[in-house]
Amino acid sequence: MHFGLSDEQEMIVSTVRRFVETEIYPHEAEVERTGEVPDGLGDALKRKVIEMGFYACNFPEEVGGAGLSHLDFTLVERELGRGSMALTHFFGRPQNILMACEGAQRDRYLLPAVRGERMDALAMTEPDAGSDVRGMKCSAVRDGGDWVVNGTKHFISGADHADFFIVFVATGVDETPKGPKKRITCFLVDRGHPGFVVRDGYRSVSHRGYKNCILEFTDCRMPDAQVLGEVDGGFAVMNDWLYATRLTVAAFSVGRARRCFDMAVDYAAQRKQFGQEIAKFQGVSFQVADMITEIDAADLLTLSAAWRLDQGLPANREIASAKVHATEMLARVTDTSLQIFGGMGLMDDFPIERFWRDARVERIWDGTSEIQRHIISREIFRPLGA
Amino acid sequence: MKVLVPVKRVIDYNVKVRVKADGSGVDLANVKMSMNPFDEIAVEEAIRLKEAGTATEVVAVSIGVKQAQETLRTALAMGADRAILVVAADDVHQDIEPLAVAKILAAVAKEEEPGLILAGKQAIDNDMNATGQMLSALLGWSQATFASDVEIDGDSAKVTREVDGGLQTISVKMPAVVTVDLRLNEPRYASLPNIMKAKKKPLDEKTAADYGVDVTPRLEVVKTSEPAERAAGIKVGSVDELIAKLKEAGAV
Repeated sequence: MHFGLSDEQEMIVSTVRRFVETEIYPHEAEVERTGEVPDGLGDALKRKVIEMGFYACNFPEEVGGAGLSHLDFTLVERELGRGSMALTHFFGRPQNILMACEGAQRDRYLLPAVRGERMDALAMTEPDAGSDVRGMKCSAVRDGGDWVVNGTKHFISGADHADFFIVFVATGVDETPKGPKKRITCFLVDRGHPGFVVRDGYRSVSHRGYKNCILEFTDCRMPDAQVLGEVDGGFAVMNDWLYATRLTVAAFSVGRARRCFDMAVDYAAQRKQFGQEIAKFQGVSFQVADMITEIDAADLLTLSAAWRLDQGLPANREIASAKVHATEMLARVTDTSLQIFGGMGLMDDFPIERFWRDARVERIWDGTSEIQRHIISREIFRPLGA
Repeated sequence: MKVLVPVKRVIDYNVKVRVKADGSGVDLANVKMSMNPFDEIAVEEAIRLKEAGTATEVVAVSIGVKQAQETLRTALAMGADRAILVVAADDVHQDIEPLAVAKILAAVAKEEEPGLILAGKQAIDNDMNATGQMLSALLGWSQATFASDVEIDGDSAKVTREVDGGLQTISVKMPAVVTVDLRLNEPRYASLPNIMKAKKKPLDEKTAADYGVDVTPRLEVVKTSEPAERAAGIKVGSVDELIAKLKEAGAV
């Protein structure tokens, strides 16, 4: 067993860390204040990342990516997690579900996404279908040889910058002994396609500037060529590829927790009350001890889940464990850090209040903590028939 | 033309430096180390010369502890072609003095026969600003220090220098030692393909003894102390108040 990083991994980590510190941190306060990414900044970041050869580094070399292993890519995500999501979004990591593209879809969606020419967004959630994905109402029906889609998606992250969307839609119902079960199909939809509009979403307490949007489909007509994967095969595509977003959330949480932790430690070592540094009070120092223990544990859990993917080992349970633990750890670390900062931690002069707000969504998106626990316990009990 | 670029492993510029309790120096235990930022600018310039077709090969060299290998790998990941590590110390706290470094570099230069040596004007750890000058004297080459612009034209180079009064442009004969200043360029990030290639690029390991150079310190550090802590500022309500405060402080 070997816990060290290779020279290449060390360099990947230090390069991405430096990029985030130099190119992202200086713009964070403005994004936070305005809720917008300043004009031109997104493209400028994208250009730099393309020049560095890091754009779409999660994609294999044969389609123009850098072919990083899951472990290497998780290290990249962990360092990116330190920065504002509104900005690190432009350190493009297209959805790896695009690897399911076939034929002409590769030239139209996959390859331009990898080259950084077209950005994608994933659309699954609906007002009445969150954790219960199969409860979706957005549906497509056959009309001639085409599909006609009607319905609404919401909470679609990154949709404001997306050129095309990967959308999950109900395409029928199967009657099963357990009751009706919807069939799901995944479509590729271009921005501006007739019958399809992207509307502003809600103002979220987490990740200002990283907008969520609403997608509306009104008699939106699409040919079979827009289907990603098989018709009615949406769930298979989802299961094959969407593990990656959960691992990303875990890695992001670890990176952000470390940044927050470093600030809390610096503050505790300097801030004096009752004639001494507050770090000298056990009430503070023991909290610091607990924080670093939890961060390290989440880090190792996340990296080992990525390592299992690289080894071809089952990792579903491990990824769920990493996601639930890292996001709940982040909640505790940001809350404790804020407590160490005291009243000042609540002021927007420091990014602590932002880390604290941003942390809240991590336990909700890409599968709530409850769904992760469901996955974990199901993997344990299913073999026992319970 | 071959370009030789000396690079030094120093305490990272983002690290809050702490003086050792006994005042003998700066605490380097478990501290993040990086390439001296001025040397990074030198590496960048050398790579640009290669991209422009002026240089044919970029060789990075580092003198110090074995861990300086990481610094050289960074230079390779930025785009240098190969690297030479000269191990001259075991203890990370031992700084090799400028004259010893210059002597080793002169010996490396005699072996490698570069047309140009591009070095940082100084290292951010002890700010000596001496190695480049000593090196040019030892080699009997021209020198141009504090470069903010370098143009190579056959067997001479036009170098713009950042001097106290402004900018000075000089022409020097090649081969030359040029030390670079902050505004020469903005160093690139290591690219992912180059990071992956860096391990495969040659890195020769030598020792100071290989070049017959004695690195025993000649300087004695008497005391290292923290700079005086800056007092907190104050906020003023108006321009008039600002002027009054400045007058009070004797600043205007």
